[in-house]
Amino acid sequence: MTTPADDAVAVDRVSKNFGSTVALADVSFSVQRAERFGFIGPDGAGKTTLFRILATLMAPDQGRARVLGRDVVSDLWTLRARIGYMPGRFSLYPDLSVDENLRFFASVFGTTIEREYQQIAPIYSQLEPFRDRRAAALSGGMKQKLALCCALVHRPEILFLDEPTTGVDAVSRREFWDLLDTFKQSGMTILVSTPYMDEANRCDRVALMQGGRILAIDTPQAIADSFDRPLFAIRASDRYRALKALREWPHTHSVYPFGETLHYADKRTDVPADRIATEMLAFLSSHGFDDASVERTAPTVEDSFIARMGAPEGVRAA
Amino acid sequence: MKALLGLLRKEVYHILRDRRTLVVIILLPVVQVVIFGYAIRTDVEHVRLAIVDPAPDATTLAIRNRFEAAGVFRTVAVLPRMDGLEPLFERGAAQGAVVFEPGLAEKLARGLPAQILIVSDATEPNTGSIVQAYAAAVVQQYSRELGAPRRAGIRIVPTVRMRFNPTRQSSNLFVPGLMAFVLTIISSLMTAISLTREKETGTMEALLVSPLRPWQIIVGKVTPYLVVGFVSVIGVILEARLIFHVPLRGSVALLLFEGLLFILVSLSLGILISARTSSQRVAMMGALIGTMLPTMLLSGFIFPLESMPAPLRAISYVVPARWFVLVARGIMLKGIGLAYLWPATLVLIAMALLLLTASTRSFHERLES
Repeated sequence: MTTPADDAVAVDRVSKNFGSTVALADVSFSVQRAERFGFIGPDGAGKTTLFRILATLMAPDQGRARVLGRDVVSDLWTLRARIGYMPGRFSLYPDLSVDENLRFFASVFGTTIEREYQQIAPIYSQLEPFRDRRAAALSGGMKQKLALCCALVHRPEILFLDEPTTGVDAVSRREFWDLLDTFKQSGMTILVSTPYMDEANRCDRVALMQGGRILAIDTPQAIADSFDRPLFAIRASDRYRALKALREWPHTHSVYPFGETLHYADKRTDVPADRIATEMLAFLSSHGFDDASVERTAPTVEDSFIARMGAPEGVRAA
Repeated sequence: MKALLGLLRKEVYHILRDRRTLVVIILLPVVQVVIFGYAIRTDVEHVRLAIVDPAPDATTLAIRNRFEAAGVFRTVAVLPRMDGLEPLFERGAAQGAVVFEPGLAEKLARGLPAQILIVSDATEPNTGSIVQAYAAAVVQQYSRELGAPRRAGIRIVPTVRMRFNPTRQSSNLFVPGLMAFVLTIISSLMTAISLTREKETGTMEALLVSPLRPWQIIVGKVTPYLVVGFVSVIGVILEARLIFHVPLRGSVALLLFEGLLFILVSLSLGILISARTSSQRVAMMGALIGTMLPTMLLSGFIFPLESMPAPLRAISYVVPARWFVLVARGIMLKGIGLAYLWPATLVLIAMALLLLTASTRSFHERLES
């Protein structure tokens, strides 16, 4: 096991309030070097505040945060040259071209595009056809790639990506994560936040966040597996009415919409799964859902997250 | 250093990309000087003149002819007594009056001093003083011609009385003040929005995580606008010479230097406002109020500082335009150089340094929450 000093990120009981709003409450965790660490949670969970603190943009009210072994408050200037940060809000200059934006961020870190070409090649090669286009005229996915490129151009040791795929179409999202895979080999530590549960599986470990707190930290598989009840996917033509009906059933532990289906977990832990499925089919057809189907399914990170946080508002299903 | 150059290049791109704004900020001062310059012009023409001539004789008729011939005056009434004058002034029918004493020619012939009273409506003080000066000049001219062949010299002594407001102002003094007024507003506005725009659009977040130090960001934001502002300085100086025919008796190089220094002070004021506010609108209002009112009221541009109560005069010492107006008038009208202007120059340099230091200190190295 590595010692805490070797951790890429070490956060110890950090709190941050904005007036009476609690953004972060007593958050502690550590991230190892070369790890890809995801923060998953709905809007308002405190992800952006946490990333801003780690990127030296905010000082915590309480607690300490160390990045690359240095304090984010007192070692601000030494850290800024070594970290890469991609803000959640698009923060490049819309009136400058792709190349001008990139050259600007290279220059303020004392380097050039040419010198860092090897590092940024995987992304830059995709941007090069648009190098003279103004950033404002890029598509959402291209904007995110340019922002990533700008955050990477000075060869940072650690990268903070705050919701890099929010507002981007599904194909571009997948491409973006594929790009991150190419940087994984270089041993760069990457912290990334996302409201999309399906992206959890692209991380080594994830932290589930809600209301300024971390609910759980583990590998995506372990988090999904921590859902300890049999889970069923239900298809019915009138999903909304089926949901209402199932909420009235005495055995229901939880039921919620999941993609095209409803996910259902039973209260009883001592009843075999196939008997639960049979009973449920009978219950549904007695309520007029003759076309309903019930199928056992494997729990995902999202199921686990919903189970932990109780209220699923704000979670964006994939 | 390289980082600063990169920032400078970026700022230049921003300025060049936004052509419309660039044209506006270069041309606006020039246009404003023309508009304001004509609005507060004090050139006087077609002065409505009333004559009070109780006993017309050869001399009074000759002087009356001179007034007609001067081109500036238009005689609207010839009265036998002074009583009729007051209503004319009250109605505005007359702007000036020439009052002869009876027996003017006779007095002159006997070698006695003769008196002519010149009255002007000084509700508009500048018009009043100009009318008065023109009229006195006409009489003095006549008096010189009359006196030349005789040995006694000036025989007619014009007595001058300014009514309603006894102050005098010179038209040439306006343009230098106007230059200060226009340049300070536009310069402080340019930098006031430069930092707040980055705060509003969110680009400040990416700029802040870079290793750029606050002083570098301040310098990087001010320097390109110094060039833009300098173009405006050249523009308004050319305009002062070519359109308003304000003399430039002193050193052009010194005037350009002082103009640049004054622009720097204004830009620094703008950047300080920008560093301390978070929205473009608040910063713009701050820059407008912070420069327009003090420059208009407390720079000596329109209202003479000498006649102000001591507390206001004390405040005027911290208004940058006060010092630039002093310098610009000194160079343009009096033709004096640094030998006399060094204190004002030092004040402007000190103001620039102070404002830039304050801006760097006010610049938050983290996001304000």
